[in-house]
Amino acid sequence: MTPYILRRLAQSALVLFIMSLLVFGGVNLVGDPVEMLINPEADQAEVERVMRDLGLDRPVTEQYWYFLVNAFKGDLGDSFIFGEPALKLILQRMPATLELACFSLFISLLVAIPLGIYAGYKPDSKVSKAIMAGSILGFSMPTFWVGIIFIMIFAVQLGWLPSTGRGEIGVFLGIHSSLFTLDGLSHVFLPALNLALFKMSSVIRLTRAGTREIILQDYITFARAKGLTEKRVVMVHVMKNILIPIVTVIGLEFGSLIAFSTVTETVFAWPGMGKLIIDSIYNLDRPVIVAYLMIIVTFFVFLNLAVDILYTFLDPRVRIKGTEQ
Amino acid sequence: MKFLNTVLIFIVGIFLSGTAMAKDLTVGLKSEPSSIDPHYHNLGPNNAFSTQIFGTLVGSDENQQHYPDLATSWKPINDTTWEFKLRKGVKFHDGSDFTADDVLFTAKRAQNVPKSPSGFGTYLKGKEFIKIDSHTIHIKTSKPYPLMPNDIMTVKIISKKHGDGASTADYNSGKAAIGTGPYKFVKWVPGDKIVLKANKGYHGAGRGMPKFDNILFKPIKSGPARIAALLAKDVDFIDNVPPLNVAKLKKNPSLKLNSGPSNRVIYLHMDQFRENSPHIKAIGGGKIKNPLMDVRVRKALSLAINRDAMVAKVMEGIAVKAGQLLPDGFHGVSSKMKPDPYDPEGAKKLLKEAGYGDGFEMTIHGPNDRYINDAKIAEALAQMFSRIGIKAKVETMPKAVYFKRASRGGPNKSPEFSFMVLGWGAGSGEASSPLRALLHTYDKSIGMGRANRGRHSDPAVDKLVQKALATVDSGARGKLLAEATEIAVGKNYGVIPIHYQMNTWAAKSGCSYTPRTDERTIAMYLSCK
Repeated sequence: MTPYILRRLAQSALVLFIMSLLVFGGVNLVGDPVEMLINPEADQAEVERVMRDLGLDRPVTEQYWYFLVNAFKGDLGDSFIFGEPALKLILQRMPATLELACFSLFISLLVAIPLGIYAGYKPDSKVSKAIMAGSILGFSMPTFWVGIIFIMIFAVQLGWLPSTGRGEIGVFLGIHSSLFTLDGLSHVFLPALNLALFKMSSVIRLTRAGTREIILQDYITFARAKGLTEKRVVMVHVMKNILIPIVTVIGLEFGSLIAFSTVTETVFAWPGMGKLIIDSIYNLDRPVIVAYLMIIVTFFVFLNLAVDILYTFLDPRVRIKGTEQ
Repeated sequence: MKFLNTVLIFIVGIFLSGTAMAKDLTVGLKSEPSSIDPHYHNLGPNNAFSTQIFGTLVGSDENQQHYPDLATSWKPINDTTWEFKLRKGVKFHDGSDFTADDVLFTAKRAQNVPKSPSGFGTYLKGKEFIKIDSHTIHIKTSKPYPLMPNDIMTVKIISKKHGDGASTADYNSGKAAIGTGPYKFVKWVPGDKIVLKANKGYHGAGRGMPKFDNILFKPIKSGPARIAALLAKDVDFIDNVPPLNVAKLKKNPSLKLNSGPSNRVIYLHMDQFRENSPHIKAIGGGKIKNPLMDVRVRKALSLAINRDAMVAKVMEGIAVKAGQLLPDGFHGVSSKMKPDPYDPEGAKKLLKEAGYGDGFEMTIHGPNDRYINDAKIAEALAQMFSRIGIKAKVETMPKAVYFKRASRGGPNKSPEFSFMVLGWGAGSGEASSPLRALLHTYDKSIGMGRANRGRHSDPAVDKLVQKALATVDSGARGKLLAEATEIAVGKNYGVIPIHYQMNTWAAKSGCSYTPRTDERTIAMYLSCK
């Protein structure tokens, strides 16, 4: 197991290096940050002062070298706009994004797995057909549109939930999160539901397909023949075996929930990383863009690793192969 | 039953948390400041926000006219010296006294903020601040300097006691954010909220005592989300209402909308320095001598623009036709200049006279996320030009890409485009601002023509602008600026003005915002019953 993990880590370092090269090269091809930052009434001398201060007057290769050297020391550069370390800015906003992603994952699993199993267990019932039709809707409706519709219905028309921002922060076991207060939960519910819709649809479809396949297996027939109750057959034997593909997908989807919650964060003015990255791209805040992408790459690399390790616990066959290598 | 009760209490709780108390205000802001440090980033959202916490010697009212804030009077006492008398009895938020030392300290600090992405050096360099007594200062320059109050208006006064050695981070945390303004800084959570509370000891100049006890600012970048937050009563007041929604929201009895013209003109820059302009071709794609060098062609283009249609259709009626660089009422605008009439026949005749009777092909470049409906403006222009035989293509791009290419994307860092849609807001509130930046000959050594992306050049205009910038007498300067505008825009068509943007603010009914021409959103200009 250990050599396997070490090899994966070495691969990850290489991926990070190549990514840094691509990202740094990419952002430096686009636009001129000074044009974004400077007051239009400033004169040429002030423009040059800013370029000097931000190190933009030096060749790109030199800027990249400088970035690499500092990155090894754990410094990914200072934001052009905020003048603070890019890493700090991103980490400051990470809790908001994480709680949105976790809550949304929670909602989607809570809804999707039972519905998916039902749809797979009784594929011909009307309810199952309705569930599947609903999941197509979840796939095909654009997130920003659904977000606005949610706001219009639940916040503007009904006035049940707040339309924007993050609620009060509570403390539980030393963790600061808005999930620990009622106000916070009311704020997170709509954006999380918005973000969850797409995941919900894919998990429903996955669970249904898995259930349909497994229900026909010999061991299920055997379990029934043994006289086990239907409840036990579904809850234990079917459930266990559909979890493997679902865990893979959830692992990757969780990464994408975090990385691509930008649309939802913008619509709901949720103060997370996604909103920061969008603003940074609009304003050409290069250090923040680079730092964000590096963090996301690292995140994906480790999520993949975690999923692979989790497999070995769920599926003994993988475990055996893993130790043989 | 018990469960139902809990649910009900939960729902009611949410409901109550959404409604603010009478004297509190929640604002949905389009653009959040990047710092609380008033000298860190010289840009619109920061300058607007810091006005609430910090005072300036010279205040700027809704029409960018001067009023006494921390200085009670100012005047030139000789050609190169201005005297400012400071207001007595003013206290900072911590109770300490405001004196000339704070002004001197501010002048030094404001141009030396580390890592500042856009500083105040432009307004402060070459000015020597001298303390005469605790409430009088002199500012000396080497040459006569008429724009002194306009420059001084931009610089927020900080407290020497708290600012000495303070970094930008100290302002963001609130440690050093001690000003003389009507509101005290409480808290900033970037991307989430900024909290201010009333300064009961405010000196009362400008818009008087603070009208709200507590103000919560929420950055909501997306237009529809801002409107939804207002409709859901999560916020009481929003800025930058998208023009598309204005008509509908006006009909809503629970809202009050206020629109006002801004100092931002939307105009066209035209390549006037290259015989072969990269984005202009003869019909069919052959080479052609740059037609934009000919003033008759530039005039023809102006006559081809149907400004009434532009305002009514493209801008949904939320704009004002423009004939020069600043709307009426600003210092240095010409009283003679009117927007060009729509005259496609006249335009065709002019093109023929200039030898371009067959028309030509041209690409219009513009941003698509900088000005209100900017991409639609470019598209409408292309259609209007096609009526006089000019085949125009439109290429729009995000501002992050656009401005670099428009300023220096070509060979030798020259402007890349031939024909561009742009906007200019006169921060100083005077016609000298667009004239020196857009129409004076591009000259790095004297800091003129920085944004002159068409490289228009006329020695007569340069002379007038420079003379105006050295004329202390306000009336005489205004006349020189008006004359320069008449030549540069009216006669030379150095740029073609299209319209002035209008901005719209929306508040819950019972409140009303006094629109500011500099597009700023400042709590003091909102009043609620």
